[in-house]
Amino acid sequence: MFFLPVALFRRSSPVVAAGAATRRTAKDLRLGETGTICCLEDPEMALKLLEMGCVPGVKVRLSGRAPLGDPLMLVLGDQEYTLSVRASEAANILLKEEGAAHGGGSK
Amino acid sequence: MAAVVNSTATAEPIATQAGPATSQRPLRIALIGNPNSGKTSLFNQLTGLNQKVGNFPGVTVDRKSGFAQLTPAQRAEIVDLPGTYSLYPKSLDEKVITDLLYDRAAGNYPDFVVVTVDANNLRRSLLLFTQLGDLGLPAVLALNMMDVAERHGVNIDLPALERELGVPIIPMNARKGIGVAALKIVMAQRLDAPPVRCWEPDDKLLPLVRQIRYYFDLHNDYLALHYAQQYRHIGFLSADDKAHLQELTQQYSFDAMAQQAAETIARYARINEILLETVTVTRTETREPVSNRIDKVLTHRIGGYLIFLSILFLLFQAIFAWAQYPMDWIDLGISTLSATIQENFSGPLVRLLTEGVLAGLGGVLIFIPQIALLFGFLAVLEETGYMARVTFLMDKLMRPFGLSGKSVVPMISGLACAVPAIMGARTIESWKDRMITIFVTPLMSCSARIPVYTVLVALVVPDEAAWGIFNLRGVTLMGLYLLGLFSALGSAWVLKTVLKARERSYFIMEFPVYQWPRWKNVGLTIYQKVKAFVLQAGKVIVAISVLLWVLASYGPGQKQENAEAQVRQQVAAQGWNDDEVSRRVASARLENSYAGSFGRALEPAIRPLGYDWKIGIALLTSFAAREVFVGTISTIYSVGQDADMGTLQEKLRAEKDANGQPFFTPARAFSLLVFYVFAMQCMSTLAVTYRETKNWKWPLAQLIYMTGLAYVAALAVYQVLA
Repeated sequence: MFFLPVALFRRSSPVVAAGAATRRTAKDLRLGETGTICCLEDPEMALKLLEMGCVPGVKVRLSGRAPLGDPLMLVLGDQEYTLSVRASEAANILLKEEGAAHGGGSK
Repeated sequence: MAAVVNSTATAEPIATQAGPATSQRPLRIALIGNPNSGKTSLFNQLTGLNQKVGNFPGVTVDRKSGFAQLTPAQRAEIVDLPGTYSLYPKSLDEKVITDLLYDRAAGNYPDFVVVTVDANNLRRSLLLFTQLGDLGLPAVLALNMMDVAERHGVNIDLPALERELGVPIIPMNARKGIGVAALKIVMAQRLDAPPVRCWEPDDKLLPLVRQIRYYFDLHNDYLALHYAQQYRHIGFLSADDKAHLQELTQQYSFDAMAQQAAETIARYARINEILLETVTVTRTETREPVSNRIDKVLTHRIGGYLIFLSILFLLFQAIFAWAQYPMDWIDLGISTLSATIQENFSGPLVRLLTEGVLAGLGGVLIFIPQIALLFGFLAVLEETGYMARVTFLMDKLMRPFGLSGKSVVPMISGLACAVPAIMGARTIESWKDRMITIFVTPLMSCSARIPVYTVLVALVVPDEAAWGIFNLRGVTLMGLYLLGLFSALGSAWVLKTVLKARERSYFIMEFPVYQWPRWKNVGLTIYQKVKAFVLQAGKVIVAISVLLWVLASYGPGQKQENAEAQVRQQVAAQGWNDDEVSRRVASARLENSYAGSFGRALEPAIRPLGYDWKIGIALLTSFAAREVFVGTISTIYSVGQDADMGTLQEKLRAEKDANGQPFFTPARAFSLLVFYVFAMQCMSTLAVTYRETKNWKWPLAQLIYMTGLAYVAALAVYQVLA
């Protein structure tokens, strides 16, 4: 269920090819929208995110924003727990393209 | 592995086979787990040593330990480690863990670890667990919050999970103490390292890893890999060792980050496999968790800030308005006691007791209600989980000042006391953010300033309603706190432009689930803080009060007698009555005492701020600790006064300047207030800043900067208002 790990961590440009210009990240989620984590950018940040459970394949839902629009409140997995992440950090969480990532979805 | 426990019910019979119990020294056991996994609750259950259980990630800053009686014959020392998500530390707080677990030869190396795991959050919790297991540490898994997991429809096949992980698992609910007995029984037995390895360095890494392993004589490959990863931060390695490791890692062109990422992903893959076989989720409720719904309100765009501001305002009202009643009782009690003693006894010893000890003691005891309220309030905010939301609300606001949302918690704790607040800044990963936070936190008005504020505000601000609902004194007090806050933010901004950043700042944080505060913990926090204040600050204050009384009552040579004679000569010429005479005599004697001489020497420097030598003495003594100010002035203004002068308030009001006008004008009082808002007058804060920064430049800069700021600001206030 995991994408190739080692290739995921390279600075700046997303590594997985298709449609690089339009890649959506957790930062682009609409309020209440759910996506599935595809991979992570920026090695240092990626490590921290990984440890906190932002693992490729896990669902992530934007449940709220701080009053000034930043940081974001992300619910991970199946309502398992909530993380607070700055928008700039959430921009390192790339989402899978598929349309099936909306709503609750099955496990 | 003898004990395989699959439920609390079957755990009990094992008691009979809890084998050879007596050993030479108590077992040493380390408690480790994710933040908010109930680790500290478990620590309290095991040791009975009740210390604070906070909700905010990283409330455990110092190494806490206690003893647990596992069986009648076996004791164990339990060490509570800071919460962490992995063995690759990011913050200073987490480095405590690797320093403890990497050195098997060290005297305090634990016999085994108890890993607390949140049953609702198995995947992430197991990451840390598998790392510990692979280090070859004997471990027990305390599967916490089972009740919540069951309610959420999470079913865990415990025997299967035990087989997969190779360690005993104890299901429990640490908050309620369920499962603790079973855990103790397992802990009392000799545990072996888990036979299962979750992940091992691959062949490419082996040449490097093996070299390190044999060079340092380590017991396994994974530990050697950690040496390669983190040698720069390992406290016990010598400079030579580090140089050697650097050489080796370069020789094999070891990419620490890529390796750590690959390892973490591989671990998650393995954990997912394990969970697929052992955990089934039959979701019973589809509603959003209560906690998330509360968040909708408490972190609302506008409402969130309003609620936060209201809470702060309530805090100030409480400290000023509600605390007034018990404070009045204490004040009255002390002055009545003092008067009674003076009526019935006389002599220098009695005066030492009433004017020195009792006056100083009164200065301490009177602030108990306010300090209790403040610490109680903060404890409730932390216990409920609200503090983490404050961090979230404030992050964006703090960033322009070079601070992060995480700086808010030390800064709010700074309202209680800068010492624990500065230690609390350890949870901030970024060096620059942390240094700025440490530097500006003492500008937040701590509880030691409350005495000074209270006395002076009550002196010059009438006790009236402002804008209908607010108390004018409460508003003034809030203004002083805001002044402290804004000066802290401004200073942070200045520092941000001065300091060069060495690393980036993070703000990834888990929200703890809201919960009711455990009132026992809140009560305990209040009790411990008040006790510490009365005993520690009290000792200093009483000692200084006594010393001051001596210095203020006696003078060098015949100076006091000469001054008194001079006054008495003028009596006939000026036509003073008896009261006026005794007042002038007392004043002349004090002025010529030892303390008076010190104050006089200081006077030229502080005259532009509107202060006289009496306040000069108070400023001098409060450089040890601010709260001494009130004790000092109550001693100074009591010396030679009639005992029925009553409370400190009345004494200050009665104080006259050279022209017979009240001495404490608004200009003087506000100048003093502003001085106390800014000035660095706390030895303990300077000491803790040194301890946390490991550099004398920081406390020195704090001292010079804050005191300079105080002088300039007080000067400006006095010159404008006078």
